[in-house]
Amino acid sequence: MNSVLKIIAQRLALGLLTLFIVSIVIFAAVNLLPGDFAEAILGQGATPEAVAAIRTDLGLDQHPVLRYFQWLGGVLQGDLGNSFAQANFASFVGDDSGVRTTVAQQIAPRFANTMFLAGVTAAIAVPFAVTLGILAALYRNSVFDRAANITTLSSISSPEFFLAYVLILFLAVLNPWLPSLSNIYDGMAFSERLEKTLLPALTLTLVVTAHMMRMTRAAIINLLASPYIEMARLKGIKPMRVIVKHALPNALAPIINVIALNLAYLITGVVVVEVVFVYPGIGQLFVDSVKIRDIPVVQACCLIFAAAYILLNLTADILSIVSNPRLRHPK
Amino acid sequence: MSSDAFKDAETLVEMRDIHMEGRSDEEWHPIIKGVDLTLRKGEVLGLIGESGAGKSTLGLASMGFCRDGVRISKGSVIFDGIDLLAASAEEKRQLLGKRIAYVAQSAAASFNPAHRLIDQHTEAPISHGVLSKEDSEADGMELYRKLRLPNPDEIGFRYPHQVSGGQLQRAMTAMAMACRPDLIIFDEPTTALDVTTQIEVLASIREIVEEFNTAAIYITHDLAVVAQMADTIKVLLKGDEVEEAETREMLSNPKQDYTKSLWAVREFQRPQKPAVQTGTTPVIAVQNVTAAYGKVDVLHDVSFDIHQGRTVAVVGESGSGKSTTARCITGLLPPRLGQISLAGTALPLDYRKRDREQLKKIQMIYQMADTALNPRKTVGEIIGRPVEFYTGLTGAAKRKRVEELMDQIELPASQFIDRLPSEMSGGQKQRVGIARSLAAEPEFIICDEVTSALDQLVAEGILRLLADLQDKLNLSYMFITHDLATVKSIADEVVVMKDGNVVEAGPKTEMFTPPHHPYTDLLLSSVPEMDPDWLTNLLQERGVDNIGDAAVGKMT
Amino acid sequence: MSGIMTFIIALIVIAFAGWVFRFVGQKATNNAPTFRDMPFAVAFGYALGVAALIWAVWTYVQAQFILPEAEANKYFFFVVAIHGLLLAGAAAYVFRLLGRIVGTAGSRKLFRQMPLTAAFGVLVILVYAFMAIFAGALAPHGQEEVFAQANVVPGGNPALGGNPDFPLGTDQIGRDILSRLIYGARNTVGIAFVTTLIAFVVGGGLGFLAATLRGWVDQVLSRAVDVLMAIPALIFALLLITVAKAWVDGTGLTIAMILIMALIDSTRVFRLARAVGMNIVVMDYIEAAKLRGEKLSYIVFREILPNATAPLLAEFGLRFCFVFLTISSLSFLGVGIQPPLADWGTMVKDMSSFINYAAFAPQVSAAPLLAAGAIALLTVAVNFVVDWMLHRSSGLKD
Repeated sequence: MNSVLKIIAQRLALGLLTLFIVSIVIFAAVNLLPGDFAEAILGQGATPEAVAAIRTDLGLDQHPVLRYFQWLGGVLQGDLGNSFAQANFASFVGDDSGVRTTVAQQIAPRFANTMFLAGVTAAIAVPFAVTLGILAALYRNSVFDRAANITTLSSISSPEFFLAYVLILFLAVLNPWLPSLSNIYDGMAFSERLEKTLLPALTLTLVVTAHMMRMTRAAIINLLASPYIEMARLKGIKPMRVIVKHALPNALAPIINVIALNLAYLITGVVVVEVVFVYPGIGQLFVDSVKIRDIPVVQACCLIFAAAYILLNLTADILSIVSNPRLRHPK
Repeated sequence: MSSDAFKDAETLVEMRDIHMEGRSDEEWHPIIKGVDLTLRKGEVLGLIGESGAGKSTLGLASMGFCRDGVRISKGSVIFDGIDLLAASAEEKRQLLGKRIAYVAQSAAASFNPAHRLIDQHTEAPISHGVLSKEDSEADGMELYRKLRLPNPDEIGFRYPHQVSGGQLQRAMTAMAMACRPDLIIFDEPTTALDVTTQIEVLASIREIVEEFNTAAIYITHDLAVVAQMADTIKVLLKGDEVEEAETREMLSNPKQDYTKSLWAVREFQRPQKPAVQTGTTPVIAVQNVTAAYGKVDVLHDVSFDIHQGRTVAVVGESGSGKSTTARCITGLLPPRLGQISLAGTALPLDYRKRDREQLKKIQMIYQMADTALNPRKTVGEIIGRPVEFYTGLTGAAKRKRVEELMDQIELPASQFIDRLPSEMSGGQKQRVGIARSLAAEPEFIICDEVTSALDQLVAEGILRLLADLQDKLNLSYMFITHDLATVKSIADEVVVMKDGNVVEAGPKTEMFTPPHHPYTDLLLSSVPEMDPDWLTNLLQERGVDNIGDAAVGKMT
Repeated sequence: MSGIMTFIIALIVIAFAGWVFRFVGQKATNNAPTFRDMPFAVAFGYALGVAALIWAVWTYVQAQFILPEAEANKYFFFVVAIHGLLLAGAAAYVFRLLGRIVGTAGSRKLFRQMPLTAAFGVLVILVYAFMAIFAGALAPHGQEEVFAQANVVPGGNPALGGNPDFPLGTDQIGRDILSRLIYGARNTVGIAFVTTLIAFVVGGGLGFLAATLRGWVDQVLSRAVDVLMAIPALIFALLLITVAKAWVDGTGLTIAMILIMALIDSTRVFRLARAVGMNIVVMDYIEAAKLRGEKLSYIVFREILPNATAPLLAEFGLRFCFVFLTISSLSFLGVGIQPPLADWGTMVKDMSSFINYAAFAPQVSAAPLLAAGAIALLTVAVNFVVDWMLHRSSGLKD
């Protein structure tokens, strides 16, 4: 058991280190480029005063390394800084009351919305995909398997916005069953919230299910080819018991891996889908901020996405270590 | 033990005119082309043949089972009055594990890594309703004891990866015995094991099969093994039966040419060359070499000489450091201590520091011809590159030299020079590998298990070729092998290694006559011989506790 | 509620039909192994499949022949999809048949072993390549040409608000959609192709270098790639594009995006090239070449590279799909390929509001779906071909 703990601790440390370096990369990407952001933001008509004001406002006159640690220190305390849009406004009007919506305040409610969307998606997609994947593996090369192969391949190949519009077309426009816009606000009833989230969640489900099902199928087929499954069959064990008792315990690690990897994939999908459905989540905020070059918000969103991604991969890693009998019962 | 004893016994399995096909490239190709098989109660049938003969496929078919992509296209399989090919899946399932059991080649892969041995053992008896869990567990421990597994009461509670290969193979035999079946199929159960481990497994399988009077089909490619185990031997060649006879009859009086040639392989033996005069400089001298992977020493103070025109066989079981020694000589793994001398001058330890002249003199032939030849290059390019690289020949002169070399390895250049490795058989590929090393005009060649991936007849051809080349070109060989039959046929001197140490070294004749070091003795005595009484005699001579790993344990 | 009840009753009927099917099968074939050993789940699956097929045919017949046009509009896209599917199947079949008759012995053999999906994929790729190369000659109008008539309905039927000059209609500012679709093939596909190519040269080169040299070169490159891969591709691309936006605009931003995507994708290529390289480097023939005293360049170019082309080619297809989809997503989000270049992702974004007219004027809403469908079709095609290639190479190993 000791060695497992040791490996897990190593992975955790590695994940933290990666996250730290990623934060440097994100910070450096926007700060170490030649030239001056303040000028770039204001464009050609910038007066030196305005540039200087913004520079002070953003702390751009300080050394980058110092700024990085200030930023990191803030992040660790939950302070993600102020958005450029706010800073701009304050400096120009000259009415800097000091009371501004911070990036953190902007992100918090949207973060919750995105988590809700991801949660609904996972709740539909995971059981659905794993069941289909196992079925496809059991009846491989059958008509069902071939049809599933073509369908999932097509679904993987389609951009998220295509699937989104096809779903809108059939489920919202032609058959008015679900709303095509996800205008969610605070204090909404859960059922209503769920209804508005369903269409974006279904879109994401289509994409994620296809990936997850194919990977589950591959993992199970790989497993069913192993000699110990043949041995179990040759012992005259009932087919159902072969699956449950012999295949499943060993399939756990690969399936967990598949699930975690695909949930990580959701992160990318969420951005596009939120834009299509005007879902007030962190992805939409991210895209909006990219368009208006609101660097602090972009940085913060990027860091959150990267952290979620690293965390999910780490979880996959650790769970598959824990579910591996060779590591659980060392020599 | 004669098959006459079974003449009156009831027939257990009756296979008639079996045709089987395998699927590849969307087409069905024949694997078995009309084989009959009759097995009586209590009889052990040895099924032998080279790789691709279809012996495993036939063995599984006798259980009414086909792997994915294989089918029985014609014929019938009757097990104790039940037509297995007409029986429903449910009926067959009731027989499998209960009346027919299977022991696979790789025990490590055939045990489920997620469950304890005893739980896998009791699974069949419980689900077939033969024994309760408690009874089956107790019976399992009893079987473990009979099979001489260490700590029989405790070993079942371990997971497969916590138990060694030889022990797992015995545990699997116990598992097959759990319902006391009428028939067990042994599919190459000892092929993956070292000789000293193999002998233990063989002895225990034979004993338990005899005790319960179980009928068995024993599948193997090793004649000497089948001679110990079987009452009757059936020889297969490419899906056809060659002949079948009672074991002693088959060994002493084979009828078909193919069988005779199989038997003859074991007889190729070169006369030993006279001892080297003291004071001559060896071609290669390994002097006090200690080498490590990372921080762990894997070779300890290894020394031996290889003289001109001689073959030194380095023998030992897996993990004994044979191949590591070769890596030290070639300079791929620079030793931590000691040195390697070529014709009296010390070589730089790292191959990157050696000059072209030094590299040229030491060449290598690899075990797996598949990985030793670049699959994207033709034979002409493979052999031509070292010719050009070392001698600077190009154009017509280079081609002439390549043709000469191909002549030496007995592959007609007109036919083979433009072929890719994938278009040749295993033996032909190995010959190309030999030609590539000869192209450098070396003085010394390391042969790393060059015959172990080949069928016996082909292997013998390679050995004869190497012997001829040695006489013609006055080459020195270092022959790494775990197969003592190869050693007997080709070596002049033998170096025995164990755990990174040289245990014993000397001329072949001395090494094969007692007295010698106990490990050498054990190793030599563990190699099965063609005599059907060999195992019986050995067990009488040494006793069950002085063979195999048990004996190794006593030594250290 | 009644919907759920219908659903449950339908399931029960189908389950019963499955049972009957198996039972009749057993009796009719005198217990042939197929029916004798058939689990109920499989029988149920067959019944379900048949039910779905009947529903599809029934809906199709209704929409085509029975329902009045106003109601049939609802099934417009369903009918189009069925037609498209049948047409695609027929085209692929004819194409494969042609391939089996015409060509060298090698290509004929290839077509004989090809499944229909792969034949379809090859055909689509060829058509797209043709469109991309001859876009200038094929397109009736220029990609930036703005006409007076905006929002012309696709179909070219004046009665429905179409115009034969613009067979697929015009967009919200009056550009010909057909021309922009054709130019989109050149721009979108071309840009994705170039990006993937750069990624392969950079990532592949460094990957092989790391595999051959090992040691610190490998360590440094691999760790750097680990970090870059810890940020999701689309997110990282958006971040870098934000930065790039501060300095360049228009076509300059398009070029910046190409470089950014190439950089991000080269990390994935690096991983694969390194893994493939590692598998080859451990081969004995590489060891033999090293022991012969061969130089690094000979080992990389003459021994490793020829053996790496097959897996890399399949990966090129997959990477292309990924880059193509990501660039389309970026364009859809408004930060990818910039005007004046016509591009499918941007077209979808610009015309997305047309979707809402689907119920009464299905032709109108087809426009954005056409652009999105063009993206999906190519990726599906490439994936079909790659799937077949991978299947073939894995089959040959056995």
